[in-house]
Amino acid sequence: MEFKNDLGKPWKYEEDGYTVIRTSVWSPPGCHPVGCGLKLYVNKDGILEKVEGDENDPITKGRLCVRCLDLKEVIYNPTRVLYPMKRDPKYRGQADKWERTTWEEAYEMIKQKREYVIENYGVEAIAAFSGTGRNGGIMVQEFAHEVLGTPNACYTQSGYACYTPRAAATAAITGCYYPEIDYAGGVEGTYDNPDYKIPEVVVLWGKEPLPSNGDGLFGHALIDLMKRGTKLISVDPRVNWLATRSAIHLRLRPGTDTAMGMAWLNVIINEDLYDHEFVENWCYGFDELKERVADMTPEKAAEICEVDAETIRKAARMYANAAQAGIAWGLAIDQNQNGTQAAQCILSLIAITGNLDKPGGQLVGEAKAAEPAVDDDMTSTYAATGHQLDGWAALGEELRNKTIGMKEYPLYVNSIRNAHADLMLDCLLTDKPYRIVMGMIQSTNIFAPTNSAESKKWHQALKRLEFVFATDVFMTPTIQACADLFLPLKCAPEHNSINYTHYSGSQIHFGITNKAIEVGECKSDVEIAVELGKYLGREQYIKRHTDEIAWLNNRRAQRNLIGGGKEDFYTIREKVHIQQGRKYYKYKTGHLRPDRQPGFLTSTGRVELYAYMFEGVGADPLPYYQEPPFSPHSTPELAKEYPFILTTGARTYAYFHSEHRQVPLLRELNPNPLIEINPEDAKELGIVDGQWVEISNQFGSAKLKAKVMPTVRKGTVMAQHGWWFPEQDGNEPNLYGVWQSNINTLIPNHYNGSLGFGAPYKCMICKVTPLKENYDVDMNEIQEKFKKVVD
Amino acid sequence: MAQYGLLIDYELCTGCQSCEVACKVEHDFPVGKWGIRVFDDGPWQKDDSNDEGSSFNWNKIPVPTDLCDGCEDRVNAGKKPTCVHHCLADVMTFGTLEELSKELAKKPKQVLWVIK
Repeated sequence: MEFKNDLGKPWKYEEDGYTVIRTSVWSPPGCHPVGCGLKLYVNKDGILEKVEGDENDPITKGRLCVRCLDLKEVIYNPTRVLYPMKRDPKYRGQADKWERTTWEEAYEMIKQKREYVIENYGVEAIAAFSGTGRNGGIMVQEFAHEVLGTPNACYTQSGYACYTPRAAATAAITGCYYPEIDYAGGVEGTYDNPDYKIPEVVVLWGKEPLPSNGDGLFGHALIDLMKRGTKLISVDPRVNWLATRSAIHLRLRPGTDTAMGMAWLNVIINEDLYDHEFVENWCYGFDELKERVADMTPEKAAEICEVDAETIRKAARMYANAAQAGIAWGLAIDQNQNGTQAAQCILSLIAITGNLDKPGGQLVGEAKAAEPAVDDDMTSTYAATGHQLDGWAALGEELRNKTIGMKEYPLYVNSIRNAHADLMLDCLLTDKPYRIVMGMIQSTNIFAPTNSAESKKWHQALKRLEFVFATDVFMTPTIQACADLFLPLKCAPEHNSINYTHYSGSQIHFGITNKAIEVGECKSDVEIAVELGKYLGREQYIKRHTDEIAWLNNRRAQRNLIGGGKEDFYTIREKVHIQQGRKYYKYKTGHLRPDRQPGFLTSTGRVELYAYMFEGVGADPLPYYQEPPFSPHSTPELAKEYPFILTTGARTYAYFHSEHRQVPLLRELNPNPLIEINPEDAKELGIVDGQWVEISNQFGSAKLKAKVMPTVRKGTVMAQHGWWFPEQDGNEPNLYGVWQSNINTLIPNHYNGSLGFGAPYKCMICKVTPLKENYDVDMNEIQEKFKKVVD
Repeated sequence: MAQYGLLIDYELCTGCQSCEVACKVEHDFPVGKWGIRVFDDGPWQKDDSNDEGSSFNWNKIPVPTDLCDGCEDRVNAGKKPTCVHHCLADVMTFGTLEELSKELAKKPKQVLWVIK
């Protein structure tokens, strides 16, 4: 049958009494910057009546996931906060003590408190805390450095164990930003573009892209590729759905990825399967790497990883022998104390097989030609990307040196312009090296289990602050417990914005978010930054980034469009989706360096298989395997008490981290927090499918509902994260049940890698105890309490 | 009048549940009511010689329920049913039984539902 479609429609048109706005969304509600195309049908009263996938999106082509399909239940949710709210700090933790206030008064409160802190403690006594994924999350440095003037921007997850460890390793070793698999997202015609080649092999290494869409990779592009002939290799302890469709699956023991990576290198080097031309011309330290991995034979790795040695050989050969292949490497690399070394192995694999910056291989972003505006000792990460440096530079060296963690982890702090998460927690609790007095909780629900470890400590820590203001869409346990001022955020259909995959650093798709509706008195992150910046008398907002559009033009449109500066927001908004084309083999053409010389932006101009950047901060320049801090091998005594390996962060389509629990149709897909357990283990413990269990270890405990699955390794359990219960009592001490299923209470702080990155979120230990009680949620209650209202 | 059907390639249905939610939103079905459901056959081990993913049977199969109306209004307006339009894996096709049965013959691991 032939069907009608809306291909070629303008960004805004009329249809059947609706104004239809085409847009490319990021967040809120939370998501990664895939920039999926939406058609928003707005009625005469300005109400969003219908959301449809936009066929004009060159990547998603009209497809949508459940979270955008059910967007109206977020936007018109009766519990959404629509006005600025304030509460006397003495009533923290009391849900009924919030009072409506005005934006003017809110800004005045922040101004007065900031001035008091500067006068009495110094501006560094202010900290801005951010979460993961959201559009505004990447603005935390701006809120800290430019709006508030403090060096202490802080992503609070132990060891920044999400994406950044991978990106930082990439910057150190290749001078590039994140190398993403090439799924043709950036070229016209996508898969059919004549310059593009379908990867023969994609390795899914510690990544489940279908529900996660990590960092803007449209997960279902994998399915598109499989239909076009791509074969998969999975490196994952668990059998996920994609693993059932994989040619080879290595079910390694959690946390042993570096041993696996070293063994692949061993096979590829010893069997002479590497790309000699690339290694000779573009790599540095091959001989040292070869020597380092010589001992990590497939047999040795097989013993460490608990997999078959021959399967390791088969996988390494299949990857290396492919004409072009990609490695989709995931969060498991970050959530591991030994993760920087795992990243080093994967980057080395990508390089020595010649897959770096090759069609159908691994894409890296183009470096801007211009020199950075200021000489501020930036690492190459930012020279290679469009991230703004001015705020960090403008702080001055003295203030920058006060950033929490600068002394202990200079590479971490300087490369991501962030205070070190674990050390920030110590600082908040002990007032050493100085006291933090004022905080901004920016789009993050810190102790709902996503962006914290030992979450109860974060609860105690944040309560010690004198004044806290927060931005979000819904009331959260974190804000309820610790904040004094709530600034309500707009959702994606309510603001103008620009989004790009990989936060602009290695962008593939470039999308324009077009405002379609207004709800309450909510504002966007950008509007808040601009207005608050002006209110605080910050010059750049008074003179340059004077409103949302000026900000978008200065900071996103012109800085990130290749050859930018020519088109403003109002021009590019009409395009909605922009594919900028790709240059491949940029190391040959000079497009990986601002000076436009061939090679990579490293000290040797080559991919540094021997990482000088690591050596420079006293770390081992070559990869090495280190056992997880807690495991049957590293802590055999403890493992007797806590015999299970605990992996956390199991993804679901219904939720983005700690969000969406108050959205009825999404909650219905996954009403209760789940933990997957192997049938043999369940039988031994007397646990039946659907029974609630408690997991616990020396750090904490959580209650979850058992899902008996033959697809998790015996001796391993896999728990969902992000859980709290908006239907429960919000007052202290219950705080919407945030401690009931809080798996991050079982994750310790300070088990980071030598560079300060990484933490064992995916390789801890625990015991499992069956419970008699049933904590199942009543979905009728959820439906009643949270069903959408439009007035 | 032509009879309509829904052809599904369940070899590549990922179980994303977009069809379920798109349908509920389109028809304003509340919690507890569905126009299409994704059923899970698996995971169970079909081959005990190893524990790799390929040794497991795990098929996800969308099944229209008694409440499925084949998105009559949309189809009459010339549009695809919402489940088909939004399917992330792009494994659902709507059409006449005549044309879909030809497609069905072309590839294994497909199922053709007749819309009532």
